[in-house]
Amino acid sequence: MRDVAIIGVGLSKFGERWDSGIKELMAEAGLMALEDANISSNEIEMIFGGTMASGRFMGQEHVAALMSDQLGLNNIPAVRIENACASGGSALRLGYMAVSSGIHDIVVVGGVEKMTDVTASEATTALGGAGDQEWELFQGITFPGLYAMMAKRHMHEYGTTEEMLASVAVKNHANAMKNKFAQFHKNLTIEEVMKSKVVSDPLKLLDCSPISDGAAAIVLAPLDRARKFNDTPIKILASTQASDTLRLAERDSLSGIKATTIAADKAYRQAKVTPKDIDIAEVHDCFTIAEIMAMEDLGFYKKGKAGKAILDGETALGSKLSVNTSGGLKGCGHPVGATGVKQAVEVVWQLRGDAGERQVKGANIGLTHNVGGSGATSVVHIYKRAD
Amino acid sequence: MLMEKPSAGLWRKIKARYNLVGNSCKTCGKAYFPPRIVCRKCGRESKMENKKFSGNGEVYSFTKIRVPPDTFKDEAPYIVGVVKLDEGPMVEGHILENGTEIKIGTKVRSAFRRMYVDGEEGLIYYHYKFEPV
Repeated sequence: MRDVAIIGVGLSKFGERWDSGIKELMAEAGLMALEDANISSNEIEMIFGGTMASGRFMGQEHVAALMSDQLGLNNIPAVRIENACASGGSALRLGYMAVSSGIHDIVVVGGVEKMTDVTASEATTALGGAGDQEWELFQGITFPGLYAMMAKRHMHEYGTTEEMLASVAVKNHANAMKNKFAQFHKNLTIEEVMKSKVVSDPLKLLDCSPISDGAAAIVLAPLDRARKFNDTPIKILASTQASDTLRLAERDSLSGIKATTIAADKAYRQAKVTPKDIDIAEVHDCFTIAEIMAMEDLGFYKKGKAGKAILDGETALGSKLSVNTSGGLKGCGHPVGATGVKQAVEVVWQLRGDAGERQVKGANIGLTHNVGGSGATSVVHIYKRAD
Repeated sequence: MLMEKPSAGLWRKIKARYNLVGNSCKTCGKAYFPPRIVCRKCGRESKMENKKFSGNGEVYSFTKIRVPPDTFKDEAPYIVGVVKLDEGPMVEGHILENGTEIKIGTKVRSAFRRMYVDGEEGLIYYHYKFEPV
């Protein structure tokens, strides 16, 4: 096992990208990552591409080979990773494994989703496939519906309020204001979130991450070769993953995601750090309740305590633990296959000190948390600047 | 573009969907609805046998779906929930109000009801739903 570093990162603008198809989005992010790593196309040995439902959204499968094709990487092995909304994080983990094992030296990890060419109803159906199709989607249970039921349990068990849920969206939109790649540049108030249209009670429209287009890319290298390309390589301290039942109702608890707890425990052990050591985190806020549960399942707060802490501003930009500095899925956008890779891109920028207006001073150790479905997959990575 | 064709999936699981037939593991005794091919605890060592469920239980969580998938566009809004069956398993299903406000803890029983009508062929799909006792 070798140490692995991130030597280049790239991101497309997230949002309703009617100007761009899947190829343009991938090229936008991919070329930026290659340029950032100062590496030539013919040095790349393999590409892992995360996408959830390009076939449903665009009629386009075989996306990893297409990424290689569009980036001019020519003939290298390319594999698509589909792990629902955790496709990107899972692709990153496989890229890490390929480099760490010594099979490959230089690997590109991409993530992409082009979601806005279909109607909202069609997108809801496509995303519904991340759950158990036979028993959830078949009965008309959507993703907002699944997370709404988790929210209702969390509120019932811990007294979490709709105001606490809303405060997650307010914080993440405030962070997105400072990110030029973000889908939304609009501050929200708690009242605006609370008064937005109900999608599945208690979740309103502004508790939900948007339908988005976007792509993200990362270049990985063995740590001992990283400085040849980049003065500030970011070391991956841990890369872990866990799974659980596809069906929400079959889980041990609805008020937390067990796969996250398992993956996080392993990640802290692998990285030899504790939750207290983390300075910045990009967590999977597909719905506002998901960030509250993530903060608890990742060990930052005891169960039932995260909602109030977020409402009180304990995880706002520049606090002891800044969460979703990119704007998160809620503010920056959630092109599902790109999200897990984008989270790593944001952490790399923060740890390098390149995050501009939203830079967290002294950010030293970062964490990303990427969830698939209602919690059947969870991927956790921990990163540190390689000094 | 994304129309579902769920009819085969309905017929494959018709014993469960119509009659609440799940199963249980003879090795450890754990009951499952909907039925599983292997027991989650026992894996390869599991021995599954059919088990009919009473359909009685209580609401563990619920929500009203207002933005439905394509197949349910004529049914929205509708309440779905996770029901904890008296025999142990938790299961998703539609919950009918029948004049009662649904809450966590509301006692429910299963009923055989129309779920939706397929727009193209006019086929009516039936399914278990839950209603307050």
